[in-house]
Amino acid sequence: MIEVENLRVDYGEETALYEINLEIEKNTTCAIIGPSGCGKTTLLYALAGLISPKAGKIRINGEEQTGIRQSTGVILQDYGLLPWKTVWDNVALGLQVRKKSRNEIVPVVNQILEELRIEDLKYKYPVELSGGQRQRVAIARTLTISPDLLLMDEPSSALDAITKEQIQNLILRIFKNNPMTIVLVTHNIAEAVFLGQKIVIMEKAGIKHILDNPYFGDEELREKMDFYRICLKVRRWMEMKGR
Amino acid sequence: MKGSKNRALYGTFMIFMFWYALHFSVHSSVIPSPHETVITFIRIFPDLLLSHLLRSLGRITMAVTVSLIIGVSLGLWIGMNPKIDEIINPIIYILYPVPKIAFLPVLMILFGLGNLSKIVLITIIIIFQIIVTTRDGVKALTKELFYSVRSLGMNQIKIYRHLVIPAVLPKIITALRISVGTSIAVLFFAENFATQYGIGYFIMNSWITVNYTKMFSGILALSIMGLLIFKMIDYVESRLCVWIRVGKMNTDKN
Repeated sequence: MIEVENLRVDYGEETALYEINLEIEKNTTCAIIGPSGCGKTTLLYALAGLISPKAGKIRINGEEQTGIRQSTGVILQDYGLLPWKTVWDNVALGLQVRKKSRNEIVPVVNQILEELRIEDLKYKYPVELSGGQRQRVAIARTLTISPDLLLMDEPSSALDAITKEQIQNLILRIFKNNPMTIVLVTHNIAEAVFLGQKIVIMEKAGIKHILDNPYFGDEELREKMDFYRICLKVRRWMEMKGR
Repeated sequence: MKGSKNRALYGTFMIFMFWYALHFSVHSSVIPSPHETVITFIRIFPDLLLSHLLRSLGRITMAVTVSLIIGVSLGLWIGMNPKIDEIINPIIYILYPVPKIAFLPVLMILFGLGNLSKIVLITIIIIFQIIVTTRDGVKALTKELFYSVRSLGMNQIKIYRHLVIPAVLPKIITALRISVGTSIAVLFFAENFATQYGIGYFIMNSWITVNYTKMFSGILALSIMGLLIFKMIDYVESRLCVWIRVGKMNTDKN
């Protein structure tokens, strides 16, 4: 369970987030959508403990957020892969940092690479991978630490249409197979509707509306009219002026 | 690999051709023929050239090592701390273009006529390149990359180990390549004063004694030394920065 209470984040003189109140149930997904510069990425950074709020609180599973949590996985927009490490080393990084022994790391990394069907890429460097493959590696890296909370910033924004849907399907599959809370930030309405059990619509520095998505979890959702209906609903909320 | 060998052979061949052309057109003993030079080089290398060369190599190695240790540490520190950068940047900006080579007399008074003053001179000339390159390398790292590794739970030491140092390594190696070229030139100058050892001294001494073949053997030795250092840097780069080579191959492929 994530509880955000009166959160305020400032960048120097500028207020990036103001009076944010939000609750996200444990083992559910939440998509945060809004125009560029509305503060959605800042909210994600705050949830990750990467930036400290000016005021307000974030509680994760009842504990107040004071910094980076060991079991929060974060995937940022550019995937954050280290160019000088092979796929295998990138994926193993989280476990290495947690001082796990090689004997513990090897089976976990190999299993996850296999699960995400990227085991044949393990000796490659990020520069040799396509966007979709890079995103899979970034997902694999966070999965090794068995996160109970996974935060993603624009998980498919840099990908082509087909790869975009593949990655979204993969995220849904991961969510169904592993109990965890997923919070993702996106500017893509279809992505928010496909991956968000709860859809948070933001406007400049604040939350405009929160929608529950009853159709979440259906892998065939994109082929149904309900999907487009809820997409339209999100769009209307985004286009609506003022809070 | 085969391609690079062929290129090296081609390069050497062309230089020798140019050298022959110059030798025959100038008609002066100032430019001895390549084969004469090579024969003299081989004859005097074991007993004479080698010891001069080793002295020079020692001075360069020492200066480059000191510059790397101090320069990289300072560069990382400045790059990681914007406030320190604000304080130090104006000083570097003014000192960088100052022709420090003119300080050799001062250095000889302060550090003596021996090796130390020469090493200090090379160091103060090449260290700026290394500081600036390292600092700029760190500053070029995106905030997102720092966020990403911090979110993995890395502490400051691990951030240096896994992110900052590997990121600046290729840039440091490039700076090193430029610095070595500069340091050989500076060394040549510095070895003209108050020493009887070193390849710079050997070349100028052969010139004074009007032994141009010997002088050219010295130039050849200095060139080979430079080339070997460059090759060594290439080797170190290929071992430490595999991803750069892979990236280049990948770009060529696409």
